[in-house]
Amino acid sequence: MKLGYKIAVRFLKSNKGQTFLIILGIAIGVSVQIFIGSLIQGLQKSLIEKTIGNSPQISITADTDDKEITEFDEVYKKIKDNSDVIALAVASDHPAFLNLEDTSKSLLIRGFQLEDADVIYKFSENIVEGRVPENENEIILGIDLLEEYELQVGDVIEIINTNQKVQELKLVGSFDLKVASINQNWGIVPLGTAQTFFEVPDRITSFEIQVDSQRVFEADMISDELETIINRDELEFSNWKKQNEQLLSGLSGQSISSIMIQVFVMISVVLGIASVLAITVLQKSKQIGILKAMGIKNSTAGFVFLFEGTILGIFGAILGIALGLLLSVAFTKFALNPDGTPVIALYISQSFILLSGVIATLASMMAALIPAIRSSKLNPIDIIRNN
Amino acid sequence: MKQILELKNINKIYGTDIKTQVLYDINLSFEEGSFNSIIGQSGSGKSTLLNLIGTLDKPTSGEIRINDVAVSAMNQNQLAVLRNNTLGFVFQFHYLLPEFTALENVLMPYEIKHGKITKEIIKKAEDIMDLVGLKQVKNNLATKMSGGQQQRTAIARALINEPKIILADEPTGNLDSDSTETIYQLLRNINETYKTTFIIITHDRKIAEKADRIVEIKDGKINMDIRK
Ligand SMILES: Nc1ncnc2c1ncn2[C@@H]1O[C@H](COP(=O)(O)OP(=O)(O)O)[C@@H](O)[C@H]1O
Ligand SMILES: [Mg+2]
Repeated sequence: MKLGYKIAVRFLKSNKGQTFLIILGIAIGVSVQIFIGSLIQGLQKSLIEKTIGNSPQISITADTDDKEITEFDEVYKKIKDNSDVIALAVASDHPAFLNLEDTSKSLLIRGFQLEDADVIYKFSENIVEGRVPENENEIILGIDLLEEYELQVGDVIEIINTNQKVQELKLVGSFDLKVASINQNWGIVPLGTAQTFFEVPDRITSFEIQVDSQRVFEADMISDELETIINRDELEFSNWKKQNEQLLSGLSGQSISSIMIQVFVMISVVLGIASVLAITVLQKSKQIGILKAMGIKNSTAGFVFLFEGTILGIFGAILGIALGLLLSVAFTKFALNPDGTPVIALYISQSFILLSGVIATLASMMAALIPAIRSSKLNPIDIIRNN
Repeated sequence: MKQILELKNINKIYGTDIKTQVLYDINLSFEEGSFNSIIGQSGSGKSTLLNLIGTLDKPTSGEIRINDVAVSAMNQNQLAVLRNNTLGFVFQFHYLLPEFTALENVLMPYEIKHGKITKEIIKKAEDIMDLVGLKQVKNNLATKMSGGQQQRTAIARALINEPKIILADEPTGNLDSDSTETIYQLLRNINETYKTTFIIITHDRKIAEKADRIVEIKDGKINMDIRK
């Protein structure tokens, strides 16, 4: 074994140019793999983040005529007790109109306990001007709405409910949640304000839940779990996966094509190494023949090439990881949006990189297998005779 | 004296479709510690015979016994051990490993045998190399030496494991007559010092005549067998 390794190293060193070319070949394969993998994972992460990052992943509504959930305290406790739930907010949502001088605009008034809702929707982070509502009868609206109807933070606005009841609210801030339909339609008020104005005290219309970020893809299971625990027939559970089936199938299609690309890159690397090593066995067949005449065992003669494959694989993987990271960093540094943010945020996952390196090394060892077998089967007499 | 090597009814036929018989019913045995030469015309079957003795090739029929053990009964690994411990080869075309230095080449059979190199064995290798006149070029790569130096390196390599038998196939075939003379003197000294059995193929009659025994092969048969 040790001798096999020593001979392998010597063979590789004695032909530095060729050795470097093989290592470079493996490295390019690995770096392409890491780059594509990081790119696609980054794309998916940001897509999912955009889709579900600032919104509830599970929501519970009532399937009753008035859509109101009564006696929600007990349900609230049960949800809170679930360890996968990291954020829980109750909402009292109602349609209303924003009353303007010569027109009116339909609004969805959403009453929240704002500290809770902030965890999910990140209102305070997305305030453009002013602040989030702190007192009763304060409201914030989306920037699109402010712009369209020329409203100013500090204005007092009038809303009308479906029973023609009118209420004056103070506009204390504007937000930008980066979703046009929200920016145009939502009016965020404290929970009490909504409950009083719409005359639904002690009732809410939904629970909104975010789960542990590690488990977002299990939101459907967590939702089913909650449904069993809560056990109230009139409640309806929905989760982001159900609402985004197309997105999910798109993502999984993308993942499969990414894996396919990576598999083909690896196959070409393996074929490359296998053919170069096969040539190396031919180049070194004289040496193998001499060594066998001196009494090295067939297994040792085989190990020489297994070691060569392993050494090439390890160095190729290391260089490839370095190149891949360099490529990725360069890409995020130089391919920028006008505002200076990277066009595509790569997701550099340590475990993915490690896996790529390990796979490349294993693949190189595999590629060395046929040359190794050839070397172990080589008959010294063929070499000695054909001087 | 003990017969270290015995060949019984050895036949060698090359080829499967077109068969050429190269050796016919060879019966030979060699005494331990003897210095033997094999002569014969080119193509008479000398190398074929030596390769059979060296276990590099197998006879079509017949038995070869080395140290009273039938070679045909050994598996690949046992043959490898036998080649490593008991046999030393010196080929016409020296066959050094070009990736290694002269010293490393000399040490290779020992490393194959023991898996490691000790200070003692390096010392011994250097002594042998001094003996064969390679003091100056020990650390040269095999390719960075003259033909004579390479051949002497191959001889030093054949000696390192103190094999019982050294097989040499025209070891001076491509050397000038002075070098040839030196190398034969060297082999003879080793034979006398270590009691190593030598079987040397040569086309040089002058050299052959200095051996204890001359075996002449002609058309695959023993034509003459003279002992002194
Ligand atoms: N692999 C082989 N296949 C067929 N014929 C061979 C082979 N090797 C050697 N021969 C033939 O066997 C004969 C003896 O060869 P060899 O033992 O090398 O002779 P020598 O060493 O005496 O010159 C020659 O005629 C040669 O052509
Ligand atoms: Mg010959």
